[in-house]
Amino acid sequence: MNITTQSYKPGEHPSLPPPRNLVGPVKWAKDNLFGSITNTILTIVAVYLLYLIVPAILDYFFFNAAFEGSSRAECREIAKGACWAFIDERISVFTYGFYPVEERWRPNLAFVLLFVALAPVLFDKVPYRGKLLVFSLLYPLLAVLLIVGPVSVESMHFSQGVSGPLTWLVIFAFASALFVYGSKTHNALAMVVGIVPAGFVLVAFFLSDALWISIPDSIGLTNAADDIYIFEPVDTHLFGGVLLTIIIGVTGITLSLPIGIVLALGRYSNLPAIRTLCIMFIEFIRGVPLITLLFVASTMLSYFLPPGTDFDLLLRVLIMVTLFASAYMAEVIRGGLQSLPKGQFEAADAMGLKYWQTMRHIILPQALKVSIPGIVNTFIGLYKDTTLVLIIGLLDILGVGKTAISDPAWNGLSTEVYVFVAVFFFVSCFGMSRYSLYLERKLHTGHKR
Amino acid sequence: MSDVAEKAKSMVNTDEVAIQINQMHKWYGEFHVLKNINLTVPRGERIVICGPSGSGKSTMIRCINRLEEHQQGEIIVDGIELTNDLKNIDAIRREVGMVFQHFNLFPHLTVLENCTLAPIWVRKTPKQEAEETAMHFLNKVKIPEQAHKYPGQLSGGQQQRVAIARSLCMNPRIMLFDEPTSALDPEMISEVLETMIDLAKTGMTMLCVTHEMGFARKVADRVIFMDGGEIIEENEPEEFFTNPQNDRTKLFLSQILNH
Ligand SMILES: Nc1ncnc2c1ncn2[C@@H]1O[C@H](COP(=O)(O)OP(=O)(O)OP(=O)(O)O)[C@@H](O)[C@H]1O
Ligand SMILES: [Mg+2]
Repeated sequence: MNITTQSYKPGEHPSLPPPRNLVGPVKWAKDNLFGSITNTILTIVAVYLLYLIVPAILDYFFFNAAFEGSSRAECREIAKGACWAFIDERISVFTYGFYPVEERWRPNLAFVLLFVALAPVLFDKVPYRGKLLVFSLLYPLLAVLLIVGPVSVESMHFSQGVSGPLTWLVIFAFASALFVYGSKTHNALAMVVGIVPAGFVLVAFFLSDALWISIPDSIGLTNAADDIYIFEPVDTHLFGGVLLTIIIGVTGITLSLPIGIVLALGRYSNLPAIRTLCIMFIEFIRGVPLITLLFVASTMLSYFLPPGTDFDLLLRVLIMVTLFASAYMAEVIRGGLQSLPKGQFEAADAMGLKYWQTMRHIILPQALKVSIPGIVNTFIGLYKDTTLVLIIGLLDILGVGKTAISDPAWNGLSTEVYVFVAVFFFVSCFGMSRYSLYLERKLHTGHKR
Repeated sequence: MSDVAEKAKSMVNTDEVAIQINQMHKWYGEFHVLKNINLTVPRGERIVICGPSGSGKSTMIRCINRLEEHQQGEIIVDGIELTNDLKNIDAIRREVGMVFQHFNLFPHLTVLENCTLAPIWVRKTPKQEAEETAMHFLNKVKIPEQAHKYPGQLSGGQQQRVAIARSLCMNPRIMLFDEPTSALDPEMISEVLETMIDLAKTGMTMLCVTHEMGFARKVADRVIFMDGGEIIEENEPEEFFTNPQNDRTKLFLSQILNH
């Protein structure tokens, strides 16, 4: 090839394709596998080790594994490898825990809708994104209603007298009036102070058994006395397995990000009171192991609550897991905030943007983008940490697995269970990390200065 | 309000005076960075500020839009006094555009989005109108074809011109420049200076910290020399360069002109 030796007049040299040996798989193999003598030796050794290990693993888990049988002994008769029949028999417990069989369509539906709700949040080329985002916002309510069913809010029942429902109504009327007033006069404080209680009343009513049980009951639509419901309430003690893991993981992940952002902005703020409060919260939560917080949630909290209050254990755990993750999230995001040059704030100030406008349009998009690896790291950590709930007696996928192992008929099959649990977590976490790479690529906007 | 302030205020005719600074002082902790600054800028005047590094030039013009807070004296911009009142600060920032040494474009937004952000959110201009205005000014600074690129994909000179267009999109009555060309490679300086000269021709009130003496000669109505936090000398460009009065000015000029 004499391309390089061909001569052009100065200033007229065309752009040429790169030489063949600089691109393609051959070049890759040369660079990465056989770059030097040491490299070549290591490659050969690695290939030999793979040759030893991989077939044995495939043999144990697939080719020599038993997929049928009703006990460990039967499995062993069929094949020497893994006994997947065990997992197969237990799969419904692994998935739902002890959730009532005839109600399982509800978590199934909630699970499918979860993806409908996530799609517009995760990807921006989804059709009808705007409308779907509204659905995403309402999804948490729907999910609670589907999975847990109506929540008992006794003071909303007219059977308890008029004063209870009336109080709720008055609160709602007053709060929404305040909100309307705030939006008319552009008073953000009045809007916030109004929307929070008004929203709370709406949510409580939407989830309450007054709406789903006592009203349909009184107009003859259902008959609670004969166990006929629109949505039967399901005790959260029955939740388990993948269902419980996903509930805790998804709740923690979706709530810890916004709370973490608020905490990070608070810690970064100029107002000493807010800053101190956020620092205290973050440092306290970070300074205590999650297990301790879970124990507090499961036992100690009942000392502090007024006697007789029944505060759902799962709810307490969700709060603790969320707070824990939020504190970490706040620090990750603060790192992102600190990586921004001061000029970004100054340019925004000089253009007259308000604090929240600056944060929303300029600072957070950039800070969150640099924090993506850390944020996803925290997500994955949180997701795997949900297994700690088994210590306080909740049966997540690992907890269900541990109880399954102690079944005498299937004695000694812990490998299969742990491999199953590991594969479940690996698939979820690997998915998250792939998504974060996609997001980083998408948000990449050319070289930094 | 004190007597002095009252009197000064009555003197200010907002139709003719863009900026009025009276006996202004500023400290960074113990460090007295600006000492007794007095400056009146009539509307439409173009002022070049120069002086050695650390003399307080940046600090002074940053006080005008409250990127820095002054501790004594008063600053009246466009008839509005700068106080801790956020309303005043916002009102002034809407009227004052600023161009920085390091451009400070928003890297996650396209050039067009950079230009429309503030009009849309601060001035509540409809998006379409804001985009038309932005294209108008991108045309003025001669880079309309870059509108959909990200700042990271442009050269330094192009970025600085975008920054100028971005400020102009807010329709400011006053423009502040803090060494707009000193982070640029020599061949890009002239394209930015040309843009600024074009801007000067429109009658914009401009305060410009720069060491580009050619630019000062060409467009400035007045050159101000600062040293040690004080305004040492001010004069018309011709007089200022050919016949400086103060020894420090002479030293400074000899240094930058022989450079
Ligand atoms: N945030 C700050 N805190 C303390 N001192 C500061 C701060 N900002 C600037 N200074 C000091 O104030 C003085 C004036 O700074 P300023 O940036 O206004 O100078 P300048 O004239 O713009 O210089 P240059 O030509 O290098 O930009 C300098 O001595 C600087 O060290
Ligand atoms: Mg400076």
